[in-house]
Amino acid sequence: MNSILTIAARELRSLFLSPLAWSILAVVQLVMAWFFLGLLDRFVMALPQLAQMENPPGVTEIVVAQLLDTAGIVLLLIAPMLTMRLLSEELRNQTLPLLFSAPVSMTEIILGKYLGILGFFMLILLLIALMPLSLYAGTSLDTGMLLSGFIGLGLLLASIAAIGLFMSSLTAQPTVAAISTFGVLLLLWILDTFTTTGGDTSGGVLAYLSILRHYQPLLSGTFKSVDIVYYLLFIGTFIVLSIRRLDSYRLQH
Amino acid sequence: MNNDVLVSVDQVSRFYGPLRAVDSVSFEVRRGEVLGFLGPNGAGKTTTMQMITGNLAPSAGQIKIHGIDILDEPKRAKAEIGFLPEQPPLYRELTVDEYLSYCARLNRVPAAKLASALDNAKQRCGLTQVSHRLIGNLSKGYQQRVGIAQAIIHSPAVVILDEPTVGLDPIQIREIRALIRELGGTHSVILSTHILPEVQATCDRVQIINKGSLVMSDTIAGLTQRMLGSGLLVALRKTVELSDLQSVPGVLSVAALGENRYRLHCAENQNPAEALVEKSVQQSWGLYELTPERMSLEEVFVNITRNEAPAATPTEAAA
Repeated sequence: MNSILTIAARELRSLFLSPLAWSILAVVQLVMAWFFLGLLDRFVMALPQLAQMENPPGVTEIVVAQLLDTAGIVLLLIAPMLTMRLLSEELRNQTLPLLFSAPVSMTEIILGKYLGILGFFMLILLLIALMPLSLYAGTSLDTGMLLSGFIGLGLLLASIAAIGLFMSSLTAQPTVAAISTFGVLLLLWILDTFTTTGGDTSGGVLAYLSILRHYQPLLSGTFKSVDIVYYLLFIGTFIVLSIRRLDSYRLQH
Repeated sequence: MNNDVLVSVDQVSRFYGPLRAVDSVSFEVRRGEVLGFLGPNGAGKTTTMQMITGNLAPSAGQIKIHGIDILDEPKRAKAEIGFLPEQPPLYRELTVDEYLSYCARLNRVPAAKLASALDNAKQRCGLTQVSHRLIGNLSKGYQQRVGIAQAIIHSPAVVILDEPTVGLDPIQIREIRALIRELGGTHSVILSTHILPEVQATCDRVQIINKGSLVMSDTIAGLTQRMLGSGLLVALRKTVELSDLQSVPGVLSVAALGENRYRLHCAENQNPAEALVEKSVQQSWGLYELTPERMSLEEVFVNITRNEAPAATPTEAAA
């Protein structure tokens, strides 16, 4: 466990030693803040109309769910930049022997790396979460829905981290890792888009695999264990694949 | 100094696809021993070292570190190893202190001993002045030293260095060699190199690997013995008959090199130098030069690696 934390801490530290992490944090925060203010503005404008409705949607439904939905897509685009260097850079700089000859197992290396990047993603999540939380100053929110949304975004980010880690273990070129992570995520996203716009729900298997499809229910406050299990399985699969991949460097070249 | 075996390599082979990079190599390294691992490029030195350190799994055979099998109990075995690969595994964005404390933690140095382990490693490798500098900004020589410091930070039983002096200036090379000798006192050191004088300067024992198999394993003394040729070079003021020289006891054959210089080929274990000097004085040949012919380490190396047969004897080679 100690070695996992040591590796995770190093990973986080190296991230913050490069301008990349800071600029991503800044850009995400700026874009999301702009979006948040826009949503809030629209909500305030629509207040008179909402007041006439019998069972009007609250601020959580309109502003927060929308915000987290957009956050998911923005991070889908940006996360590969962060995950690409996890193992690719070690492969390219030939620093893996340091980990391989230290008394740590492959599982510990992968979990350490994963935990490191997850820590960074959780920081992004925290920074985004501060925006809707600030609404508590002026109004009351649907706490259950808010929490379910945060858990959803957290799981989405954790899945993105797992897939990014695996892609990064495949190649010594960080850019190739980034592009392929991006490709896979995009694919998992549009799987959903096409099957739902087609209006035919019988092509459900593919749509079911879509990473965002399991995100929407959580945003609207529907906390189904099946969605949680989907994400956990997704994460577990790619972590195991990464461990296998790392081990193969030792077995065969 | 006790003589326990710290590294034991038993019939280890490694294939890369159809290519046999290492072919049933066996050897042992004892405590306090510095083993030089020599071989031409692509002979399998690095592959062997990667297998000993657990960076590569052997295709066949067994490797034990301090009696612990590296495949069965990799964590315990690896705790006994410090490894400097050919390319030092450095994180350029960290400072020397940050990097070394990371390595120490990875190698399970207890938190209480962290600071002293760090100081000790830095001091031994002459890094104290650059503690707070970024590794990426250090010169190649200093980076190499950081690499060595990384390998010894947890004072492992076995230190394995793959070409540690590449890219260093002559003064740094001397310092690193001294450091390796010093390490040999308490640890076992395996050192790969293709710089031959380095082996003579630092090692107790030498192994030569060629095309994946061990072709020679000998102590430095044994190697020096091999280098001792069986010829004498003689220069005289006076021209003499070859038969006169031949008549000196112990001389097998004589070759004239021109300008009154001769090469005497002598019987093994019989040095005719004394007899030759006496005879020269008696007959006033005017002997002014008498040199025992020595093979350089290079010649021994070339002979061994060129001939497929294990350990061609130096006498044959010199003849």
